[in-house]
Amino acid sequence: MKNKIDLDNLRKENLESIPDMERRSFLKMGLLVTGAFAGGSMLSVISNIDKVFASKAEMREKYPYKPHYSMVIRQDRCIDCERCLEACSRTNNVAEYGYRTNILEKITPDAIGQKREFIAVLCNQCNNAPCVRACPTKATYKDKTNGIVMMAQEKCIGCKVCVLACPYNARYFNEEKHAIDKCNFCYDSRLSKGYERTACSEACPAGVRVFGDLSNPDSEVYKLVHQIQRPVWVLREETGAKPNVFYTKG
Amino acid sequence: MANGYKPLKVSTVVSGVAKSLDASFFAEWASVLRDLLSGSKSFYLMILLGAAIVYFAAMGGLDAMRIGYRHAYAVTREVPWGILISTYIFFVVTSTGLCIVSSIGHVFGVKNFMPIASRAVFLSIVTIMAGFTVIFFEIENPFRMAIYNLISPNLTSNIWWMGTLYGAYMVFMIIEFVMLLLKQHRLATYAGLLGLVSGIVAHSNLGAIFAMLHGREYWYGPYLPVYFIASAIMSGCATIILFTWIAYKASNREMEGPMKKSMEAIGKLCTMMIAILMFFTSWKLITGSVAGGGKVEAIRAMMAGPYAMNFWVFEVGMGMVIPFGLLLMSKWKDMRMMAVATFMMMIAIFIMRYDLVLIGQIVPSWHELGVSEYPQLLSYTPSLHEFAVVLGGMGMVAISFMLGEKVFKGHKSEDH
Repeated sequence: MKNKIDLDNLRKENLESIPDMERRSFLKMGLLVTGAFAGGSMLSVISNIDKVFASKAEMREKYPYKPHYSMVIRQDRCIDCERCLEACSRTNNVAEYGYRTNILEKITPDAIGQKREFIAVLCNQCNNAPCVRACPTKATYKDKTNGIVMMAQEKCIGCKVCVLACPYNARYFNEEKHAIDKCNFCYDSRLSKGYERTACSEACPAGVRVFGDLSNPDSEVYKLVHQIQRPVWVLREETGAKPNVFYTKG
Repeated sequence: MANGYKPLKVSTVVSGVAKSLDASFFAEWASVLRDLLSGSKSFYLMILLGAAIVYFAAMGGLDAMRIGYRHAYAVTREVPWGILISTYIFFVVTSTGLCIVSSIGHVFGVKNFMPIASRAVFLSIVTIMAGFTVIFFEIENPFRMAIYNLISPNLTSNIWWMGTLYGAYMVFMIIEFVMLLLKQHRLATYAGLLGLVSGIVAHSNLGAIFAMLHGREYWYGPYLPVYFIASAIMSGCATIILFTWIAYKASNREMEGPMKKSMEAIGKLCTMMIAILMFFTSWKLITGSVAGGGKVEAIRAMMAGPYAMNFWVFEVGMGMVIPFGLLLMSKWKDMRMMAVATFMMMIAIFIMRYDLVLIGQIVPSWHELGVSEYPQLLSYTPSLHEFAVVLGGMGMVAISFMLGEKVFKGHKSEDH
């Protein structure tokens, strides 16, 4: 028969016969696929870092900010005790009708064993912040040194376009302050006074919220983000906002 | 244009304006006062009714300011923009549309569009002012806006461009109208051109406010800035047809030949714009139905969910299909049929703006995350305070229109 495969003379397709580059890109693809499959919006850390920062080169040589404040949420440790929310409200004069940070509950009914998980959310201090672009009067802006998305309250006209622009529902209008109120990593209430961590991070008994300088290789956030053993992801990555709050499990 | 585009000198402007301020000008204006005092009973009754609406609306608005918008309005953290934003859009869409339609005659010299110029320009000023009034009661710190828009501008912000350009637009339109009154047609043309350019750019920036929010799938993309311009022309046509008909009806006047021709031309443009809007809407639906999760949810809410009645009955039925049929049947000559069609369109366009603003917000930010806190869709129902402000804007337009007809003698001074 013409099309019959000649099994006896077929060349062995073992690892030696695959060129080096091909093998490397195959492995990388595998890593991406496992990352993406692990939880829908989840990504492996390699692709993740690339997306958060402008380019690989920029990421390796220089972070956009120094210190580059960032938070890693160890999602599976959260038990919804809400001490972080209390600490935040107390520290930052948050209105009782609003919040700067929140804990969301996600239920996966068909999961084996544990079905409920809690997801802490806050301002992601995005590198490409949609709120900052949309604000007509520069009332909200990226701090040039540390990258925190700040509020200049006296400039806020209360148009609320930033509330709509934010992909993370992190902003609300505060009547008493006559301006939008949002998380600023406790900059005015703590960081500027010499404290090293945010109120929520310090209040958490389970070490869910790890706060630190992402550009410092000795910091815990750096170590949690720059590794490939555990998945690291960001929320609503598709908006291109390049957030600085990372999520991990395990 | 009789004298075309000649280079403009300051001295000619001054002497031109001075020349028109002669004795006959003042005599004419003295007669305006007499006219105003000689209105019929029903005229004064209508004015009184309008004034009452504006009064109660103003009380409502001020009360909302006193108790705080958080308590007075139904908007929330998750749905921060409600009916006041959509009403603002409705008014500025109408204003921009009137400006565009009037410019066809006044700036570009198409004869059939000239008879409506004065009324259209006047109404465009009235509607933009109504829009600004409504937004004044929407923005939390309107006085800060005036200051920081100037001293702390953010050039990447569409709101900044829209606000600034609409401010300029209003000034140009007022100058145009005054020049029309003074019969300085060349100056009016220049002002009209500037008004047209700033109005169009401002309006597409209004669309871009929504179109550039990359976290909001329903709005994001180049569609809205273009759609806004097309729908503005449609609104402008409908508005001027309806208000011209009312003006003639109310003063028991027979429409003059040129005005009839003008209505026919604008009616045809209106019909064509409805057809264009039908394309826009159809493709929005069709492309949206195969989009990502959040957008599909929004489209579903519009086609078969809580916004289905607004969409099918008002937007599609009263806004497009029925008026399209009526306009075709009227052959653009039966004024009453055209008035019915355009009246339906005005109501539908108001709902269109409302749906545009709300449907973009009802899918929660955390939709894809699938958390328990946020149901499938968020909801919003306007509060009484919000309705009061909306009615106030409408009352303002109604009173200004009626007074305008009296003061400017039915906008008859069209001697091009």
